This record gives sequence, structure tokens and C-alpha cells, in this order.
Amino acid sequence: MSPILTVRDLQVSFRTDDGVVHAVDGVSFEVSPGEVVAVVGESGSGKSVTAQTLIGLTRAPNSKITGSVMFEGADLIELPDDQFRAVRGEHIAMVFQDPMTSLNPVYRVGDQIAEMIRAHRDVSKAEALSRSVDLLRSVGIPNPERRVRDYPHEFSGGMRQRVMIAMALALDPEVLIADEPTTALDVTIQAQILRLLDNLNRDRNLSVVLITHDLGVVAELADRVVVMYGGQIVEDATLDEIFYNPQHPYTWGLLGSIARLDEPRPERLTQIVGQPPSLLNPPTGCRFAARCKYAFDKCTQPPALEARLGDATHLDRCWLTPAEKLESR
Amino acid sequence: MKGDPLLEVTDLVVHFPIKSGIIVDREVARVHAVDGVSFTLHEGETLGLVGESGCGKSTLCRAILQLVAPTSGSVRFDGQELVGLSRRDLRPLRREMQMIFQDPFASLNPRKRVGQIVGDPLELHGLASGAELKRRVQELLDRVGLQAEHYNRYPHEFSGGQRQRIGIARALALQPKLIIADEPVSALDVSVQAQIINLLEEVQEEFGLSYLFVAHDLGVVRHVSDRVAVMYLGKIVENSDSDALYESPLHPYTNALLSAVPIPDPRKNFARERITLEGDVPSPIDPPPGCRFHTRCVWATDVCRTEEPALTAHDDGHVVACHHPRTG
Amino acid sequence: MLRFAARRLIGMIAVLFAISVIVFLIFNVIPNSDPAARIAGRNANPTLIARVSADLGLDRPLPVQYLTMMKQIFTGELTSYATDQNVADQIWRGLPATLSLTIGAAVLWMALAIWFGYLSAVRAGGFTDRALTILALVGISMPVFWLAAILLYFLSFKAQLFPTGSYVPLTENPVQWAYHLILPWFTLAVLYVGFYSRVLRSNMLDSMNEDYVRTARAKGISERQVRIRHVLRNSMIPIVTLFGLDFGAVVGGGAILTETVFNINGVGLYAGQAIGKLDLPPLMAVTMFGAFFIVLFNTIVDILYAVLDPRIRLGEAAPV
Repeated sequence: MSPILTVRDLQVSFRTDDGVVHAVDGVSFEVSPGEVVAVVGESGSGKSVTAQTLIGLTRAPNSKITGSVMFEGADLIELPDDQFRAVRGEHIAMVFQDPMTSLNPVYRVGDQIAEMIRAHRDVSKAEALSRSVDLLRSVGIPNPERRVRDYPHEFSGGMRQRVMIAMALALDPEVLIADEPTTALDVTIQAQILRLLDNLNRDRNLSVVLITHDLGVVAELADRVVVMYGGQIVEDATLDEIFYNPQHPYTWGLLGSIARLDEPRPERLTQIVGQPPSLLNPPTGCRFAARCKYAFDKCTQPPALEARLGDATHLDRCWLTPAEKLESR
Repeated sequence: MKGDPLLEVTDLVVHFPIKSGIIVDREVARVHAVDGVSFTLHEGETLGLVGESGCGKSTLCRAILQLVAPTSGSVRFDGQELVGLSRRDLRPLRREMQMIFQDPFASLNPRKRVGQIVGDPLELHGLASGAELKRRVQELLDRVGLQAEHYNRYPHEFSGGQRQRIGIARALALQPKLIIADEPVSALDVSVQAQIINLLEEVQEEFGLSYLFVAHDLGVVRHVSDRVAVMYLGKIVENSDSDALYESPLHPYTNALLSAVPIPDPRKNFARERITLEGDVPSPIDPPPGCRFHTRCVWATDVCRTEEPALTAHDDGHVVACHHPRTG
Repeated sequence: MLRFAARRLIGMIAVLFAISVIVFLIFNVIPNSDPAARIAGRNANPTLIARVSADLGLDRPLPVQYLTMMKQIFTGELTSYATDQNVADQIWRGLPATLSLTIGAAVLWMALAIWFGYLSAVRAGGFTDRALTILALVGISMPVFWLAAILLYFLSFKAQLFPTGSYVPLTENPVQWAYHLILPWFTLAVLYVGFYSRVLRSNMLDSMNEDYVRTARAKGISERQVRIRHVLRNSMIPIVTLFGLDFGAVVGGGAILTETVFNINGVGLYAGQAIGKLDLPPLMAVTMFGAFFIVLFNTIVDILYAVLDPRIRLGEAAPV
């Protein structure tokens, strides 16, 4: 099946007072229809900037975007603003992290959903509102006819996130980008939202690009996982491969740092020493080398993202041989 | 069970009145933030406190430190009753109890240098000044993994993890006996969380500290705690030894919490039996009658709707407030 | 809501009471303010002064004088010490002029302030923004009376473009009414345009970074719609509240200087004349009138705030 979204060599940099920040430095991956691709990383990895670039939110006078994002035959990077606006919301929609601040507090929830519908379709306000009621119902909000007239602050955090999801799906997009959709929510509410996203993914064959730092959430929802570090992808594999056969020391570090409930308590949590690299002046060789226990002399040359295992779907960016990797992790 | 009891909280209640009126404000309702909490923390022990938003854990922390005046109940620290003490009498005791806050970006004064932030407590309590003060502050900075030259920098020049280290240094400055850590790692990246947790464990050993560790991440709490207490709507619903809580949780809410946490292991995650709680947490202004959890509990019966269960002991140190604890 | 209104009403009464007492006391403390001496004339002898004093009831104890004056205010019988005219009448007669001036100026200043503020924010850092900023600062810095005098001199006297002030009632001749008011409107508005456009600019720049604006863009609506329906709409809330307070103050007597320079027979001019003559009754009445308006507008602004921002609930305490 051909992918619905193909990102090739995406580079995003911002001109700031301190210099040029290379937030995303050569990112390539694919999303197939109905697939959930998790983009995992920490602060400074470039995952949020990647997500926002897919929907065109990083276009600004001080930003430079190169590479290509192919969607249904068109390159979104090259698309002029007004044409991209037609894609945004209609074909590619986004849900953000903090539902409390992501909804405009002075407009009713129904009006906000209706605004989105009417931006892309020629329907009356009444029709758009009635569609909003249906949407709220489809994400599991009780009493949608009444709640459509409520303001955002009258909803709890979990309910607000459902509203955001309903709004994002209003026009039946092919791709949903979810930027840390459950990070700000309590764990029991997170479970509800993850279940909702899972159902939506399966019922509508909706492709999801899930940005997160929580590997538990990844295990719950993802089909494929892309691990980002320092503006680059360091590993790209299926869910099982990432968890049971990870090939990059950063991935090992991430998996090891988690305080897990399903295993006995370790004496000390495996920590990754140091901090993420500067995006103003990225290191010349492997960007993780400074913090890597297994760095050796070849790491001064930047490794490419390749399939080193003989499995075309498992790519990694580490010079160690597969045998060495098996031994080390 | 570690040393002697250091902190004994008995029936602590913190209610916030909601007032309304024309000329004179009259109380029309109350927020039952903390509604009768009792537990004991021993010397050298780490007690983990878990719960979701609105359960009252942050208010509980502030009430213990007397940053918020409790409505009723008792807090005994090292044998001394804290509730009702005057500000002056509390002052020397404040040295013994310190707090680490959640948000590393908001809990440090952006206009003060790091040296000042860490050194002010020492100066305020008259413990050091001048060159001696600087030396001690630099020692602390070094202990938490920062460098001596960071003394003169401002908070905004540091990352989240580093800022949290500054907060820890500040808490350690007065060599307290008890540190209350209110979600100290929630705002940090996973790999940085591990660093900070390891640091907290090291200093606990070195300085002989006791921790009240509040968090919503169950994995983190399990890792650092000797005992864990679970809070729901202002009450403790379960309190036991850390391993016992995770291996055999008795309260339905604890079960649901543990079930809701996704395991970073796809096969195990998929194979689990999951309990998903429906609905939202009820409002603390008007808590449900009887057992507060009955509105979301799949095993609730009539007695749960009318009678509030008391915290009763089960096995060895494992207490739970439930009419139908999930044994076996 | 009812609770809120009742609360505000009681507050208003308290404020008016306090102001009346303060004005009364201040007046009685000012040297040279004995009205009897002023009315009796320069060469009056003590007997004459004493008689005038008794006539005006100025020989009675202060609290009694105060109560008498309050009674007269509420029954509309208050008369000026200096001119024997009924104060209430005079205020009533001056009202149309003052309202014409202030309402016109308010419309002008809001329209310009919103336009300039919006432009400044949208083109922040650019030439338009810098030019408007300088303009705003100049506007804020210019004293009203100075500006009025300059405009009168150059545009009325020298260039003969505008009439030299005075007021033509709307009902008499609408075109002349407006023509006479153009310079005064502009003068009064300049200060506020500068101030409000800066506030709006800064609010808009803050709002533009809010998460909900990002969501609005992600929905695919046009940039202009994002700016107006999301950024501007939310930035207007503080502007509206400021406006309510400023407008109340302007109507209540803040236009004194403008009215005086342009010779517009409004409440402000009346107050100005009363100050010159140290005439207590008109001063008291105008001050109360001003205070009433300010408290009224304060209340209106609070109600408006609750309408514009649904997170605010009037009269009820905020949930913890």
C-alpha cells in the first residue's frame, strides 16, 4: 500500500537573536493509511517542530523549510499559503497538548467546531452546529445537544481533549497529528483518550502521527515508532522491533530510564548523563556520542540512517555492528 | 519500617470556604480539599503519595508545612504539634522541613541569581554569611551536580533538569529532616527524570532524609518509596508497603489506577486485563455520600452508597478504606 | 446577578457619601473661601458679611450646613452662592454639550485606537509599527490644553479652517454642530488614542502566542479571520474595561480643560467657572455628578466584562 504521507529530508531552521537554530535536520519517514506512527523524543529533539511543519504552522518570516512532504501527490512544502490552508483541517488535522489553553475561552465549543466546518464547506451556521452535536457524540461526550452550547472552561480536562479531537475530525481528515495529546491529563483520563484514539484509528482507517515522550503510550497505540534526537531520526522501526530489538544506544537509554511497574525495582534507574545537544551548533559527528557509553573513534563521523540489520523496515543511525549492539544493550 | 515516627498526621482536614453575599460574605459551600487524612512517616523512610488532579495531595503538603492553615486535625513533627503554632514558634521548626516544587520554571525567582536562591535560607536563619555562606552554597551546588561558576547565573540560563537541581540544593541548604517533594520530576523529560530521581535517592542516604514524595506517575512512586498512600477526593483510600501495593492492590481505585498506566512493553500491555474508569472525578465541593469512589466503581453495592468505609488494616501494615477490598 | 447589583448599589451610595464629605471638608479648609465675604464684595464691612453669612446659612455648625446642602442637592434646590442660579438647572443645561463632546471624542478615539493598535500589532517591528508608536507617544505626552490652544491658533485663527469654538446644539444645526466639535473631539481623543492603541498592541502581541490561536490556524481558517475573531476579540476585553472607566471620568468632568479652551458650555466649563469663583454648591454638585458617573460606568464595565469573558461569573465567589 502506498504511503499517504511521505517526508523526505525535511529541514527546518529558525533565525533567532542567538543565531540559526537547526530544529529539524534531515528527517525522512513515511505514514501509511490507517497506520499509527509514534514520533518519540525529548525536549530539543525536534519532534514538535516536525509535527507542526507537517501542518504548516512553522511557516514564518524567520523560518526556513526545505525538503518535501508529499501528501496525495502534492508537496506541502511547496504549496502556497492559501492552498495549504485548504489542506489544513480538511485533510490533515491536529490535536495539541494542553486542552485547557488550546480552546478559545470566549467562544462556545459548538461555535468553534462550526467555525472549522464553515471554513472549508459552504454550509449554514445551523447545519454546522448540528454537525458539531454529532461530532461531540461520536467522541463520547454525554448530552451533546446541551454541551455544544457550553464554554471550554465548563468542561473537565479529559472532556476538553475530546472536544479538540471532535473538532479535528470534523471534516473527516485522512491524517491526524496528535502532539502529546495526553501528557497534560491524569492517568485514568489518559486511558480513556487513548482508547478513543485507538477506536478512531481502527473505525475510520485514520492515520495518526503521534508525538510523545511516553513509551507506555507508544506501546499502547503505535504501529511504527520513529525515535528522534538532536533534530534527527536515530531509529525507525515497527513497534515490536523498537521494544524487543532496539538498535540505538539512545533508545536503550530511554527504555532503561523508565521506572517500570511490571518489573522488580532496580537499585538505580539507568540514566543518560548530560544534556541534549545544542541546536545552534550541532556536533559534527554522531550527535549522541557525547552521552553515549559505547562511543568509539568512528563516532566522530556522522552515521547515516540505514537498515543495518538486513531488515528494510528497521533503520538506525549507529556505527556499532548488530552483534555489538546485541551485546551492549 | 525505618526509624522513629518523624511525622504523624492525624485526621487532618482542610476545607476552603466559598463565600457569597451582599454586604457580608456568608459561607455557601466548602471545598473539601483534604477531608480527614491520617498517616505516619518514619525517619529515613520515603512515603509516596499518589492521586490524580483534585485529590488534595498538593493541599495536604501545604497543610503539613502550615503554609495553609488546617481547618482541624493534628500534625506532629518530631513529637511537636504544629497546628495552631504561632509564626514565631514555627520558624525554628521550618528549618527541619523543606519543600521541592513541581514546576522548575516557576519555582525559582527569575530575578535572583542561583547563589542567592540557594543561600538565602542560610542567611535568613542566621546560619552563615559572607565567605562562609558562599562556600557552603558552592558545596551544595557541587553536590547536586552543578558547577561552582553557576553561582552567579540566573535561572533562565538553565534547563529544566538543572533548575530542579537548584531547587533541591535550596531544600538541602538548611539540612532538614523532612523534605516534601511535590511532583518533583513530572515536568521533566524521561531521561532527566532518572537523573533527578537517582540524585534524590543519593542525598537521602547521605543526609539521612525522610521524604514525602508526591507524584502521579505510579512507576516513579514505586521506585522511590518504601510505603505508598493513595488519595482520592481528599481521603486516603489505601496505604501500604510499596511492593504490596503494586502486587496486590486492595482498593478498586488503586486497581483502576494501576490498570490505566500503559506498560512500555507491547505484548504485556496487550495481554493485560484493563479496567477503564468512566466519567470524571466528582467535585470536591459536593463529594458523593458514602464511599466517595462509589460513583465510578464497578463493584459498588448499596452499603457503598450510604456508609463511608473507614481505613481498616488488612495484612501487616496494609490498610484500605473499602467495603469490598479486592483480595485474591 | 441581583446580588451583584445590590452590592454595587450599596457601594455606590457609600462612595458618593464619602466624596461629598471630603469635598465639603476640603472646601471649608481652603483659605479665602468664605463665600459670604466674596458675595458681600470687596469693601464690605463685617456687619454686612455677617448678614450675608446668616442669609446663606453659613453661621450654622458644619454638620448642619452639610446636611442642608445634601438635602438641597437631592431636592434640586441647590443654588449657587455666587450667581443665584439653580445648580441643577445649570448642570442640566450643560449636559448636551458635554455629552456631544465626550461621546463624539470617545467614538473617535476608540475607532482610531483599534485601527492603529491592530496595525501596529500585525506589523510589529516594521515601519508602520514604529511610526505609530512615535505618534502614540507624542499623543500621550501632549497636554490637552496646550494642544487645544495650538490647534485653535493655527487651524482656527490663522488658517480659518475651523470655527473658534463655542457650541452649536445638534437640534439647531447638525452640520454646524459637528463642524464646531471637530477640533475639540480631536483634542480630547488624542491622548486616549495614544494610550489605547499601545495597550491594544501589547495585548494583541501577547494573544498571538496563545495556544488557541495556534489551534485556530491549524483549523485552516484565513489569517485575517484568525487575527480578528481570535486575537483581536480576546485582546479587546481589557480595552473595553479601560474604556468604561475613562469614559466615566471624562463625562464626569475630565473634559474641563477642553471645554474651557474651546468655550463649550458644558458641565466641565461650569465646573471650571465655579472653581474660579470658589463657589461651593456647583462644585459639590459637579463632583457628585462626576462620581456618580464613574461609579455607574465602573459597574457597567464589570457587567460588560462578564458578558465578554464567560469565565467571569458576577457576584459569585470564584470556585477554588
